[in-house]
Amino acid sequence: MLWLLFFLVTAIHAELCQPGAENAFKVRLSIRTALGDKAYAWDTNEEYLFKAMVAFSMRKVPNREATEISHVLLCNVTQRVSFWFVVTDPSKNHTLPAVEVQLAIRMNRNRINNAFSLNDQTLEFLKIPSTLAPPTDPSVPIWIIIFGVIFCIVIVAITLLILSGIRQRRRKNKEPSEVDDAEDKCENMITIENGIPCDPLDMKGGHINDAFMTEDERLTPL
Amino acid sequence: MEKARPLWANPLQFVFACISYAVGLGNVWRFPYLCQMYGGGSFLVPYIIMLIVEGMPLLYLELAVGQRMRQGSIGAFRTISPYLSGVGVASVVVSFFLAMYYNVINAWAFWYLFHSFQDPLPWSVCPLNGNRTGYDEECEKASSTQYFWYRKTLNISPSIQENGNVQWEPALCLLLAWLVVYLCILRGTESTGKMEQLANPKAWINGATQIFFSLGLGFGSLIAFASYNEPSSNCQKHAIIVSLINSSTSIFASIVTFSIYGFKATFNYENCLRKVSLLLTNTFDLEDGFLTASNLEQVKGYLASAYPSKYSEVFPHIKNCSLESELDTAVQGTGLAFIVYTEAIKNMEVSQLWSVLYFFMLLMLGIGSMLGNTAAILTPLTDSKIISSHLPKEAISGLVCLVSCAIGMVFTTEAGNYWFDIFNDYAATLSLLLIVLVETIAVCYVYGLRRFESDLKAMTGQAVSWYWKVMWAGVSPLLIVGLFIFYLSDYILTGTLKYQAWEASQGQLVTKDYPAYALAAIGLLVASSTMCIPLVALGTFVLRRLRRGDAAPVA
Repeated sequence: MLWLLFFLVTAIHAELCQPGAENAFKVRLSIRTALGDKAYAWDTNEEYLFKAMVAFSMRKVPNREATEISHVLLCNVTQRVSFWFVVTDPSKNHTLPAVEVQLAIRMNRNRINNAFSLNDQTLEFLKIPSTLAPPTDPSVPIWIIIFGVIFCIVIVAITLLILSGIRQRRRKNKEPSEVDDAEDKCENMITIENGIPCDPLDMKGGHINDAFMTEDERLTPL
Repeated sequence: MEKARPLWANPLQFVFACISYAVGLGNVWRFPYLCQMYGGGSFLVPYIIMLIVEGMPLLYLELAVGQRMRQGSIGAFRTISPYLSGVGVASVVVSFFLAMYYNVINAWAFWYLFHSFQDPLPWSVCPLNGNRTGYDEECEKASSTQYFWYRKTLNISPSIQENGNVQWEPALCLLLAWLVVYLCILRGTESTGKMEQLANPKAWINGATQIFFSLGLGFGSLIAFASYNEPSSNCQKHAIIVSLINSSTSIFASIVTFSIYGFKATFNYENCLRKVSLLLTNTFDLEDGFLTASNLEQVKGYLASAYPSKYSEVFPHIKNCSLESELDTAVQGTGLAFIVYTEAIKNMEVSQLWSVLYFFMLLMLGIGSMLGNTAAILTPLTDSKIISSHLPKEAISGLVCLVSCAIGMVFTTEAGNYWFDIFNDYAATLSLLLIVLVETIAVCYVYGLRRFESDLKAMTGQAVSWYWKVMWAGVSPLLIVGLFIFYLSDYILTGTLKYQAWEASQGQLVTKDYPAYALAAIGLLVASSTMCIPLVALGTFVLRRLRRGDAAPVA
């Protein structure tokens, strides 16, 4: 009698948890990819931990606080490591709706990942999308700050150059009107003493020779 | 006598200015591409032969003309013959087109440079989609670097017809780029000197073209630079130095670019293998870590025989990973600079440092070439007495920068990249060939080769070797005519022109036809510079007729 009951229970369980069954989810772990040498082997103890984590997640859903580890069924464990799981209600006849399981897993995804030292990519719940962490956006984009700095430097440099150009031209315009030779000589000496000719374009002593104008007539007409 | 012409502080400054102008982005992103397409190292043969036969003689010619005439391109050719000043005008027009679109590249380089100071680099990760459950769809289909280029930087529209609005971010960067250029040219050009398959006929043509455009002949920049030289400086030596340095920079850049290609190809190949392994592992529930690169083929064979139905289901998704096919993908232009290089950089250690260095280098190259370009435009303007008597140097430079910046805003709209490609492909190519051809013929036959030679001898104190004379009078013009005929026939034969448009839904480029008004714009681009030559000649002829008619009764 007991044997019959046992077979009945396992038969029902087998029906409830099947690949592609209603409310069943496939889980895929890539332990070696994640941990390399420190990879642990997947055995029944790890399965027990998994069932415990799923039960824990379900307990956080309102109205499902009575979920026990025995309500979580695993099946079809492969070498990959991958398997299917369902969560049954306390009567063990029906499976809990997929939406509730999805919600529970999504809310506690981080805790489940940490229990197995894995992350969203190496512990995959197919059909349960994970919420990705958005990139941290500072209030002012960094590039505008750098742009602003360089922009200001360039504007300041342009203004300085323009102002010094205007000042230079004003000085050049004032010079022919200066009668003071001594000051002229002083200025000359200063420029030569420095060794750098400050104003090679200065035409203080130059005159415009009108005889050489009119470049139109430089060539004889054809 | 006119006001003394400003001079370079020393010959080294002039050489550096020329190098900085000649060594530009083309050395980095066009030459390595050509090497790859035309047989790698063997492309160097047509390239070097064309350098010696075409590049150096024409460079020497332009420098000598500038140094002898001591004026910008318009004045220099007016001195040779008043009917030919149209050549100078055409040069200025082409330089103006170039200035408009070339600075957009600097704007993009600034954009990437400013974005390099983040961790992680913004083009290394895809942004999340609306409900945060996965990555943005367009980014998944393409790659994160392509997404950042096409969506975040350009915000490109699906075709050239859909213009969209001006994007404020690239517009700001373009404004900054023009301000930097203005800062450098503010005081005039003298302040810009800075401490730049053999049997396949296409290989030869591309070698000739590359040398031609790489040296920047025909824009008037070299004439402008040389016009600020002392008459006695040795322009023959300078020409050889500049062209050699330009070519060695190209070759050096190809070595670097090829190693980047190799790095990217290896990385993508290993990624591809990893994806295929993961797909097979998940489909057949194999043990994690069982599939490696070495046993992949074996296992594929085994699976195909053991589970034929399941294997045939998953077969279409299995890509054939091949290192050769990765290495064969050659890209040139903005695609190379902003997609391939950024993809390689994002996979390196300390990627922020490499990114900053790389985009800083691009900026230096781009701005150096821009300075030469603006010199080509400004020198004739400041030479002309009408303009320079009314406005100071700073105002003329400011005006040119402002106008170019304003028109350049077109390239920051959503369809801007398509217009950029139009300018890049058509604004300079045919017109420059014609300009340089007319230049050579003008100097050799209108001015007279003997007269030019004696001028040079008087100026520099050195005789002109027979080699240069043969090249100037015969070989180079013939080569240019050949190139010209080839390009014309190529354009005519290919029929309607096509362009590559970015399709957001597919995440890749698709080929489309240009609409009628774009074709008209292309025609206008080419015509507006080439027609200057005959139009100005005609105008001068008419003016002289009128003047002679007026002068006759008075005399």
